[in-house]
Amino acid sequence: MSAADTTTAKVPPTRQSPPPPPAGEPGAKRPRGGRGSRGATTPWLLLAPCLLVLALVMGYPLVRLVTLSFQKFGQSQLWGFQPAESVGFDNFTGVLGDGEFWQVVIRTIVFAAGCVIFTMVIGMLIALLLQRVSGWVKTLVNIALVASWGMPVIVATTVFKWLFDADYGILNAVLSRLPGVELIGHNWFASGPQGLAVIMLLVVWGAVPFVVITLSAGLTQVPAELEEAARIDGAGAWGVFRYVTLPILKPIIVMLTTLSVIWDMGVFPQVFVMRNGHPEAEFQILTTYSYDRAFVVNDYGQGSAIALITVLLLLGVVAVYMRQMLKIGEVE
Amino acid sequence: MSAVASEASRAGSRSGRRRSKSGWNLLGVLVFVVAGFPVYWMLNTAFKPAKDAIDPDPSLLPTGLTLDNFSRALHIADFWGPVGRSLLVSLAVVAIGVVVGMLAALAISRFVFRGRKIVIVGILAVQMVPLVAMIIPVFLLLNDLGQYDKLTGLILTYLTFILPFTVWTLRGFIVNIPKELEEAAMVDGCSRTGAFVRVVFPLLAPGMVATSVYGFIQAWNEYLYALMLLSQKNQTATVWLSNFSTKHGTEYAPMMAGATMMALPIVALFLLVQRKMAAGLTAGAVKG
Repeated sequence: MSAADTTTAKVPPTRQSPPPPPAGEPGAKRPRGGRGSRGATTPWLLLAPCLLVLALVMGYPLVRLVTLSFQKFGQSQLWGFQPAESVGFDNFTGVLGDGEFWQVVIRTIVFAAGCVIFTMVIGMLIALLLQRVSGWVKTLVNIALVASWGMPVIVATTVFKWLFDADYGILNAVLSRLPGVELIGHNWFASGPQGLAVIMLLVVWGAVPFVVITLSAGLTQVPAELEEAARIDGAGAWGVFRYVTLPILKPIIVMLTTLSVIWDMGVFPQVFVMRNGHPEAEFQILTTYSYDRAFVVNDYGQGSAIALITVLLLLGVVAVYMRQMLKIGEVE
Repeated sequence: MSAVASEASRAGSRSGRRRSKSGWNLLGVLVFVVAGFPVYWMLNTAFKPAKDAIDPDPSLLPTGLTLDNFSRALHIADFWGPVGRSLLVSLAVVAIGVVVGMLAALAISRFVFRGRKIVIVGILAVQMVPLVAMIIPVFLLLNDLGQYDKLTGLILTYLTFILPFTVWTLRGFIVNIPKELEEAAMVDGCSRTGAFVRVVFPLLAPGMVATSVYGFIQAWNEYLYALMLLSQKNQTATVWLSNFSTKHGTEYAPMMAGATMMALPIVALFLLVQRKMAAGLTAGAVKG
């Protein structure tokens, strides 16, 4: 980890050098302008293959997602027996008028919010803790973090399934050794909220390492003099964190939070595999619900409408993330 | 003796700080134990005799060392077929992704042209679309193209998430290479291509390796598309493992052996590139 710290710590010098360019930018542009006649086509030629592939595998499906959500598209349309017919907003009114859909939306938002909040808070606490521990503890924690970060999601899900197994799971066995706790045979997935809490734990366990490592790198860039100055001015540990560390880390935190929201709203395999490929009604979140509508009920139109609504729900968050990234990207 | 005495007196002045340090260390060790436990338990179960895995009063320590679970896992359903397919798909995706992505990354990081910002925003935005939302139209698209249940179809769809990621990450590595180096080479008589091949490329190589490995891991780990776009007989490694857990759910010890075989190479690869990627992902995020 110390190497990662030094790599990022080395970044500021290279980052600091961009400020001169703004002044030198017009000058830097001149030689490029001289090459302009060729320069205008070369970048597009370089971009062409990438844009072509993305248009096919991303652009077209996106458009199709929108058109599908306005069509009646079922089994017979899939096999080509019947042409897809436009049904206007029927799919949307159907979905939005369904009480179950709103339950799913609320469940998804609560689930994702829980994942994000726990990930960010635990990640921040561990990052701060890592600043205060001895070197060997730091190494130990980093080993555990990188191992859990690198675990494929499916493997992690399988392992958690085993940990929380009703009959032979180690968690029930260990908890039952505590006095007054009797959990042998307790099925964590018998109720939706409890099962989703387990899945939330799985998601948070997988997501915390990225947050810790990113925040740790960020923390090394918080000037010690600033913290010192705040402390001399009488700020306590919380004051230093609140008024010095947090504002400096804000860009990273905004980025991590928005990314987490996007990722956690899109959780699918964890729920799907944990529930053996057939999530019960109490476990449905927007992604599995959309999948269910399309591939189980065979109503591709409504499934697409749900997927589209999910994307639209995320747009606001994506906008915040993009603004943050552009702020960074613009410097280059 | 005197050393002990002086040690004691020094400790007296610093004991407060030391005590809080050991408190933090204790907390750190606790984090290590909690965060590492699932990984430990996976390995523990994989290597212990299968009958100990279903002991009603399980021991937290290893109870024995056996490879039986691994042979059982390999036996229960074809393992190498799915692994081979996963390997093929991931390698193909990364090869295409890096070549195509490299060109695009060069365009948006080294050229100034009209529409550059729109392309950057577009690539960033595309990266944000949740894959799950796209599965229905992608499924229909491949169905129309006759690519359902074909590895080529899967490779094509994996490019949706590998390509934007590759472009964005490589761009991050390229902008950190000073333009002056290239310009110096061009002043010395290199062509633009020559300057790239001789100056930028060698500096970029470690970043490219890291990006490829990371892309490989992502493709290898993908589950939903592999599940939906390939039939049972063409399943990939992730689908193999998930089927294992749904069909042979009671055989936990071989299941953990399978999980170990899936995870170890990936975690090892991940360890190799993690530092570079973490640095690349955060570079520039902290800016006053």
